[in-house]
Amino acid sequence: MRLITATDLTLQQSGKTVLRDVDMHIDRGEIVTLVGPNGSGKSSLIKGLIGALPPVKGRVDTLRGLRIGYVPQTLHMDGLLPLTVSRFLCLPHRHSADAMQRALNEAGVPDLGRRQMRALSGGQFQRVLLARALLMEPDLLILDEATQGLDQPGAAAFYSQIAKVRAQLHCAVLMVSHDLHVVMAASDRVLCLNGHVCCEGTPDEVQDAPEYRALFGAGTQGAFAIYRHDHDHNHDHHDHHHA
Amino acid sequence: MITTMLDDFMVRAGLAGIGTALAASPLGCFVVWRRMAYFGDATAHAALLGVALSLALQGPVMLGVLAAALVMALVVQALSGRGLAEDTLLGVLAHAALAFGLVGVSFLSGVRVDLMGYLFGDILAVTRSDLALIWGGAAAGIGLMVWRWQRLLTTTLNPDLAHSSGISARVEHLVLTIALAVTVAVAIKAVGALLIGALLVIPPAAARPLARTPEAMALITAAIGSLSAVGGLGAAFQLDTPTGPTIVCMATGLFAISTIAGRLVRRDG
Repeated sequence: MRLITATDLTLQQSGKTVLRDVDMHIDRGEIVTLVGPNGSGKSSLIKGLIGALPPVKGRVDTLRGLRIGYVPQTLHMDGLLPLTVSRFLCLPHRHSADAMQRALNEAGVPDLGRRQMRALSGGQFQRVLLARALLMEPDLLILDEATQGLDQPGAAAFYSQIAKVRAQLHCAVLMVSHDLHVVMAASDRVLCLNGHVCCEGTPDEVQDAPEYRALFGAGTQGAFAIYRHDHDHNHDHHDHHHA
Repeated sequence: MITTMLDDFMVRAGLAGIGTALAASPLGCFVVWRRMAYFGDATAHAALLGVALSLALQGPVMLGVLAAALVMALVVQALSGRGLAEDTLLGVLAHAALAFGLVGVSFLSGVRVDLMGYLFGDILAVTRSDLALIWGGAAAGIGLMVWRWQRLLTTTLNPDLAHSSGISARVEHLVLTIALAVTVAVAIKAVGALLIGALLVIPPAAARPLARTPEAMALITAAIGSLSAVGGLGAAFQLDTPTGPTIVCMATGLFAISTIAGRLVRRDG
């Protein structure tokens, strides 16, 4: 069953087109990963899907009553807003103490309920964000570079937590990540973006696709080979310029 | 008995001060959390333009202030993110509104305008009908904030997080804008256009070190604001100082105390 479908979607951020003519969809229970260089429109696509960025062309259709659990890249927490973890979990909907404790357990941080959000470490913070998303009882869990700021073991632990959670909840997962080999291995489908959809398919198909290799190089073990493309690239040639 | 109590101008002033402080407290928290202090100032300065307009049109002053504050807030919202940096934009609009308001008032030769009263407030001259407007406005503003509280908090944390739950960040911003206009209209009599910003920012800043949750911070803000209003009023009466500024001085004193207390407590813990 289709949970969310983007048709011919074109998005702009402050007057600049960041993503054009995107057709994509997510089915119930599948894991879809977005990859692409910095500025390729991954986060914009997510903003478009959740309705934070209205399309300039095309449309986004969601299943009626679709529940989205969204884990942002990060939250800017300064010292001005006092917020305990359990109070944060009750945004925007209130939950029982039992439900909150279950979500914290599922996210792997059972003992943090009374702590201030500001006092958490990076890994704890991301897991609390995950716990809040789980409380939404999501049909679709969206993770926007949720492991940014975590070291590699921390990121790996976080993703294995996601895999566990999905096995329990049977929700679909849409992920954006820089840790290509980690996320791609766990994905059903991969979308490679660079201002548009370069290529898509199973992780194996995408890794072999010339468009993907043009972006990330042939040796795709190198998970951190991120280039920035300031011009419209040509998929057939490998000798393009890097800014 | 209540009617005879209201005959006393000090009682009326105290009630006006408390009403203003209560109206400003939940909104002031959001002004602090969202770093909107300049936005509050710009809206408040527009109030003077509203005074000039309503005197020229011979309408009720509070309505003119409400309209001008609302228009100002909407203009700021519409223009922000289109080239000029936000603080520059707010600086231009705030001072322009104040200047045009002052010039506008000077044209009103027929009416004698107590300009100082609108700039610094004249809480001792609060009438019964003023009091009704202040408490009515405060009730409306607080009601609006309580109704939207969860949504406003979510949007403040992260607009995308709000969108993913079907909350429109634009709508919630508009809610804050309306609440701000109402609060400015309520507060202009008590503290005046120049010091409304202080009443919005100082009590929440004083409450911050003492609170663990957003709700606690709003309640402590209300307590500190009311204490400042009553204490400032009493001090102004004793010392024969201008009332609005004395209220702000009192709030600043409480801010200093709570900040130091917060530091000491954290060192112990």
